[in-house]
Amino acid sequence: MAIESPNLEPKGIQGLGKAIKRKEDSRFIVGKGNYLDDINLPGMMHMALVHSPYAHAKINGIDSSEALKVPGVKAVITSKELAGAGLAWVPTLAGDKQMVLADGKVLYQWQEVAAVFADTRQAAADGAAAVQVDYEPLQAVVDPYKATDADAPVLREDIKDKMEGAHGPRRHNNHIWTWDVGSKDETDQALASSEIRVKQHMVYPRSHPAPLEPCGCIGDMSKATGRLTVYMTSQAPHAIRTVLSLVTGIPENNIRVISPDIGGGFGNKVPVYPGYVCAIVGSIVLGVPVKWVETRTENLTTTGFARDFHMDIEIGATKEGKVTAMKVYTLADHGAFDAAADPSKYPAGLFSICTGSYDFPKAYAEVDAVYTNKAPGGVAYRCSFRVTEASYLIERSMDVLAHELKMDPAELRIKNFIQPAQFPYPSALGWTYDSGDYEKTLKVALDKLGYEELRKEQAEKRAKGELMGIGISTFTEIVGAGPSKDFDILGLKMFDGAEIRVHPSGSAIVRAGTRHQGQGHETTWAQIVSEELGLDVDKIIVEEGDTDTAPYGLGTYASRSTPVAGGAMALGARRIREKAKKIAAHLLEVGEADVEWADKKFSVKGVPGKSVTMSQVAFAAYTNLPQGMEPGLETTYYYDPPNLTFPNGAYVCVVDVDKGTGEVKVRRFVAIDDCGTIINPMIVEGQVHGGLTEGFAMAFMQEIAFDAEGNNLSSNFTDYLLPTSLETPKWETGHTVTPSPHHPIGAKGVGESPTVGSPAAFVNAVVDALAHLGVRHLDMPVTREKVWKVLRGAGIDAF
Amino acid sequence: MQITLNINGQDKKMDVEPRTLLAHAIRDAGLTGTHIGCDSSSCGVCTVLLDGNIPVKSCTMFAVSAEGHPITTVEGLAGSNLHPIQQAFHDQHGLQCGYCTPGMMLSSVALLERNPNPSEDEIRFALSGNLCRCTGYQNIVKAVQQAAQAMNQPAGAAADD
Repeated sequence: MAIESPNLEPKGIQGLGKAIKRKEDSRFIVGKGNYLDDINLPGMMHMALVHSPYAHAKINGIDSSEALKVPGVKAVITSKELAGAGLAWVPTLAGDKQMVLADGKVLYQWQEVAAVFADTRQAAADGAAAVQVDYEPLQAVVDPYKATDADAPVLREDIKDKMEGAHGPRRHNNHIWTWDVGSKDETDQALASSEIRVKQHMVYPRSHPAPLEPCGCIGDMSKATGRLTVYMTSQAPHAIRTVLSLVTGIPENNIRVISPDIGGGFGNKVPVYPGYVCAIVGSIVLGVPVKWVETRTENLTTTGFARDFHMDIEIGATKEGKVTAMKVYTLADHGAFDAAADPSKYPAGLFSICTGSYDFPKAYAEVDAVYTNKAPGGVAYRCSFRVTEASYLIERSMDVLAHELKMDPAELRIKNFIQPAQFPYPSALGWTYDSGDYEKTLKVALDKLGYEELRKEQAEKRAKGELMGIGISTFTEIVGAGPSKDFDILGLKMFDGAEIRVHPSGSAIVRAGTRHQGQGHETTWAQIVSEELGLDVDKIIVEEGDTDTAPYGLGTYASRSTPVAGGAMALGARRIREKAKKIAAHLLEVGEADVEWADKKFSVKGVPGKSVTMSQVAFAAYTNLPQGMEPGLETTYYYDPPNLTFPNGAYVCVVDVDKGTGEVKVRRFVAIDDCGTIINPMIVEGQVHGGLTEGFAMAFMQEIAFDAEGNNLSSNFTDYLLPTSLETPKWETGHTVTPSPHHPIGAKGVGESPTVGSPAAFVNAVVDALAHLGVRHLDMPVTREKVWKVLRGAGIDAF
Repeated sequence: MQITLNINGQDKKMDVEPRTLLAHAIRDAGLTGTHIGCDSSSCGVCTVLLDGNIPVKSCTMFAVSAEGHPITTVEGLAGSNLHPIQQAFHDQHGLQCGYCTPGMMLSSVALLERNPNPSEDEIRFALSGNLCRCTGYQNIVKAVQQAAQAMNQPAGAAADD
């Protein structure tokens, strides 16, 4: 079989919809990527951290004397030294504060206790091992449901009895906030009068993004210039610069954050971590650059976890299957500090998208957040803020309802979809959905799969005692945060910037406030500009990640790059085109009103052949301008989106379950996405493949687990399982295209749809395979052991 | 201690501690295409070839043990043109963030050396020691298939068609 590459060379004008190969590949395939740990500066020292073995303990003393005797070790700092610089505690993104190094006590296992600086990485690690810490273990709070028991130990003594938190009143010392949305009374009434009511408890377990490149940074304070340069694995370098300035007091013009190539982020590289702060303080104190790169264990145990939502849902419906109301209560385990990365107004993120693709007349959702003796975090792991939890909740619950009604889950969904004519659709929990054609997208998926045939096969197999299941997820995401009237992080409005500079010879440099980590911005931003300006895509270079050169922006996470920065790119290019049109009129010796932009060039209306290209206009912008016009051809555009975007899709999964071992095999998985306008189909497909694989991982493998003492049981890749090429199923992808009506190019974003939408499809398929045995729900990860226990409990013969 | 490692055909003299891992020695020699990702030989981003075609996770081996065994890193893959596996990863969109890519390509090259016509199952088995968080492996498998096809063509034949 001949292997063909349908993908095009990135040459010539290649605008929207073209599967051009990626421009950024050239350095990566020859080993010339420039990741954080590849950067070495003259005189640079290395830092290693001392970590707590206990989840909850008082610290009676820290003795660094042996560490300082280790050859190469130059300094050790603890919270005491940081307090001198006013950096013992730093604010979190969620309005809380967190210890940089343990201040008097530790609140989770692996918490950072001291930082050791040495000439080499090895000497720093030796020094960290030699620091003696006197711990007095305390009772740990591990179960979030017990965190607010009357006799639970107080975790955060720094805010003991301060019952007014950043997001309203606290009702217990281990309670952080309560957030709710919707009408409780109206929802209760609607539920009370519903013919059918189903309830389900489900847990979205604690997970970790685990990009293959761990987090790291180099602090480089120049005594000569007074400038602090920070190289950092950051998905949001501009916001980091502002935060660093506010926290350290260094004027923002004297801080430069450089985010080099990033080896995957998935939300892990959004927050500020203690290691970053310590490396920067180390550089300021020691006067040399200081590098810190996490070990994998540090990555999994201390930096931004995700999920850990414990959810109870009740849905009401008519006997015919029309939904009437939804009520949700969620307990969110935030760990020791509230360091969740959410927009300020939304402590539970955009969880209120939990009504999904369905026309719920009434809904109410309430979320309680509590402290436990676990690492802080709550990052948006390959999803918009808490959207994965919401999507899983509704998509799993629709199957629970279908089961109760004895109705086909596809039929139930079709019966309740928001209809195309209802857009823009106001949801019961306050969002205005932009566009979608959910039934069409589902039907494309079901047809591609051959749904009816598979249901027949399932019935035949079940009659023979064989286990096969089909799971559907017809999810709607909410991404592209966001409109400045509602969205900010630490007060910073969530717009994004693009700068476009067209050079005299018709090439261009494009810069953005976003920072890609594999998403392909160096190609897709160039395609947007190529489309809008008619310049050759290979003559457009894209740069991100240096705060000295790129325009401000809030960064790349929550599927916001294309919805926000992509909009800035398109509108910036159009602003350039307006000026270019005036220059074109000058070159064509006609009035501006007689010039039109068509076929990627300026032409005189009604005079075929009389035209100039953007390259000719660019040259004129520097050599032959109309009298009085400002020279040059460039702009910076900041885009404040009018609304969020609502990508959606229909995923269908077919599994076979081994009744002897409990092993689940994904036989087929069809993913039809509707992300609006597609910029590069090759890149979109790649994003979907990767996201489905992470959804598969969460459904079947990944979990950050703890024992009763709060020991982290998932601290390395032999315990925290990531899928390999062997386990990962083959993905069948496709699209419907319903453009976003408010986005400049109609794009909605896609990178996270598959992670958001797929977990419910996998779990629904397994539950469907076991439904006749009385199984209504299984919590993730759906391991072989869990399924095996169900089978044995149901008395199924293994052979 | 003083050792000499032959990396990509060049002898490099280096002064290392006995405990220095091969991955660190290679990176300290300026060849930063070999990455480090897990410290437990689980992820494979540090994969290099030993003795021409044996893939090893260089974080699992001491630098001193590699003396006398020629090492190939990603920087040694291309001659005047890209190696077919590099071209194939680019053509098939077999990489996103690029962090696993060097190790993934070297494991692929080792596979194609011992099995010029691997089936999809054989490819997936051979790459199962190399983790990727971005691609879902599907396009990596396609890239290995393309490279196999290119490498099996008689010398001088066109790369395409």
